[in-house]
Amino acid sequence: MTKALYQMTIHELHELLKKGAVSSREITQAVYQRIDAVEPRVHAYITLTREAALKQAAAADEKIQRGLIQPLTGIPLGIKDLLCTAGIRTTCGSKILEQFIPPYDATVIRLLKEQDAVFVGKTNMDEFAMGSSTETSFFGPTANPWDLERVPGGSSGGSAAAVAADECIAALGTDTGGSIRQPAACCGIVGMKPSYGRVSRFGLVAFASSLDQIGPMTRDVEDAAQLLNYISGHDPQDSTSVNREAPDYTRALLRDVKGLKLGVPKEYFAQSGIDPEVEKAVWAALRILERQGATLTEITLPHTEYAVAAYYIIAPAEASSNLARYDGVKYGYRSSGETDLRDMYEITRSEGFGAEVKRRIMLGTYALSAGYYDAYYGKASQVRTLIRQDFEEAFRSCDLIVTPTAPTPPFCLGEKLNNPLQMYLSDIFTIPANLAGLPGISLPCGFNSQGLPLGLQIIGNLFEEEKIIRGAYCLEQNSDWHYTKPSLA
Amino acid sequence: MKITKHDVEHVAELARLRFTEGELEVFTGQMNTILSYFDTLQQLDTAGVEAATHAVNRSNAFRDDQIRPSLSGEEALKNAPAHERSCFKVPRIIEG
Repeated sequence: MTKALYQMTIHELHELLKKGAVSSREITQAVYQRIDAVEPRVHAYITLTREAALKQAAAADEKIQRGLIQPLTGIPLGIKDLLCTAGIRTTCGSKILEQFIPPYDATVIRLLKEQDAVFVGKTNMDEFAMGSSTETSFFGPTANPWDLERVPGGSSGGSAAAVAADECIAALGTDTGGSIRQPAACCGIVGMKPSYGRVSRFGLVAFASSLDQIGPMTRDVEDAAQLLNYISGHDPQDSTSVNREAPDYTRALLRDVKGLKLGVPKEYFAQSGIDPEVEKAVWAALRILERQGATLTEITLPHTEYAVAAYYIIAPAEASSNLARYDGVKYGYRSSGETDLRDMYEITRSEGFGAEVKRRIMLGTYALSAGYYDAYYGKASQVRTLIRQDFEEAFRSCDLIVTPTAPTPPFCLGEKLNNPLQMYLSDIFTIPANLAGLPGISLPCGFNSQGLPLGLQIIGNLFEEEKIIRGAYCLEQNSDWHYTKPSLA
Repeated sequence: MKITKHDVEHVAELARLRFTEGELEVFTGQMNTILSYFDTLQQLDTAGVEAATHAVNRSNAFRDDQIRPSLSGEEALKNAPAHERSCFKVPRIIEG
């Protein structure tokens, strides 16, 4: 069976483009035809930029004809609507930014433009990336392409669904507590959160600045490595981006894991209501890696059970401060009919933000308020140190840590929407890596009995993305789950 | 109960948010559930543990203070809900 252009990977299309067998214009048109066919059911995008994309494709084709092809030249990508794109509205899934048109590009967008990549549109997301299901978007939820009654995960659910439903070739997401990895698992694709500081956050609309990272969401591990190559690096405009050269991640695409020690943390299996089918799938994948020469070793991350509580204090605390800027003055929505400035602030924010964003602003404001700071924010920041130390200790005895990405397969739309705490607990396996700044990837590790995709997470030590890629690539090359596509019937 | 409806109202004021009576009821309940869950942290003895404010230990990133191109006034005002001449326009603050 031959694949349609819109189903191919970055590296497959790059080969075709290089040979002149296909043009970027043809690929881009094929992607939009696919969007026309499935987008009404999936709703992966907030904004589509068809005309601009076809112009970018034509420009890419011209470059290719002049022999100036780069690995991402002419490749149609989806961009999470949290990343600023000059001249193209960037809503963050919120009413308050419904009409916001950034005057500048995020650094990652600038870097991709230098590659002559093509931008298909801005993908749907939980409002301000606050959610695990993409249901809190002001623009309505995204459906999981594997089962339209289920959530695609979140917050980068639009990017994940777009890649899974073949509505783009690859996408960018952002990950504050699992927002790349968990939707990647829910949609059966690859999603990678780099180390904190690896990718510039300039132009990423801030949610929790000490946790946010941008990363690739792709069809396979090779594409993730390729995309990571071109978004990584130091940026003087983000003082938290690290000043160390990014390696060529595609050089880590080795087929073997001989000698790699994989740590399996007991806390991720024994506790917290992990679905038995998820557990079984992860263990089956671990056995594959073992047969390829890795050794498995049980490790302990003793403070795992405190991670969700610490995160849901720290992230909302940072968010309550970051979101103070939305006051109806400089940009975004402003209510009408206010009588004074205070009124304008309060009515604007109350009308402009959705319930989950308000809940987090409230939690964060409370955790930082006089009399409660030490008990909540102070305590959570200390627990963060303990969680970091857990990982430091664990990486003394292993190279990589392997866990499930999410405790369950994708849940049903509406299932957790009115139970915020249950929703928060779906991030239980992804949050610790954010708190410790560590890189992590989610990749397919099979399907449950209902045919829903399941994800496996590999966490690496700080700035050891290459080891993660090596482990992930080996598993992928020795399995065929990533070839299975949703039928979208 | 960790917090009352009155506390929630106070926090809302600090956060420049306003809720209806019905929303206040719902938020108070939900915040109590979540704050009770946060109590698990109190089981941990963290005496003497340093607080982590960042994922990765960093020191300040300094640079020379150089004049570089930046947004023009016109561009900076483009997204403003209301502006006049080169200023953001807001409701009157000072009477008279």
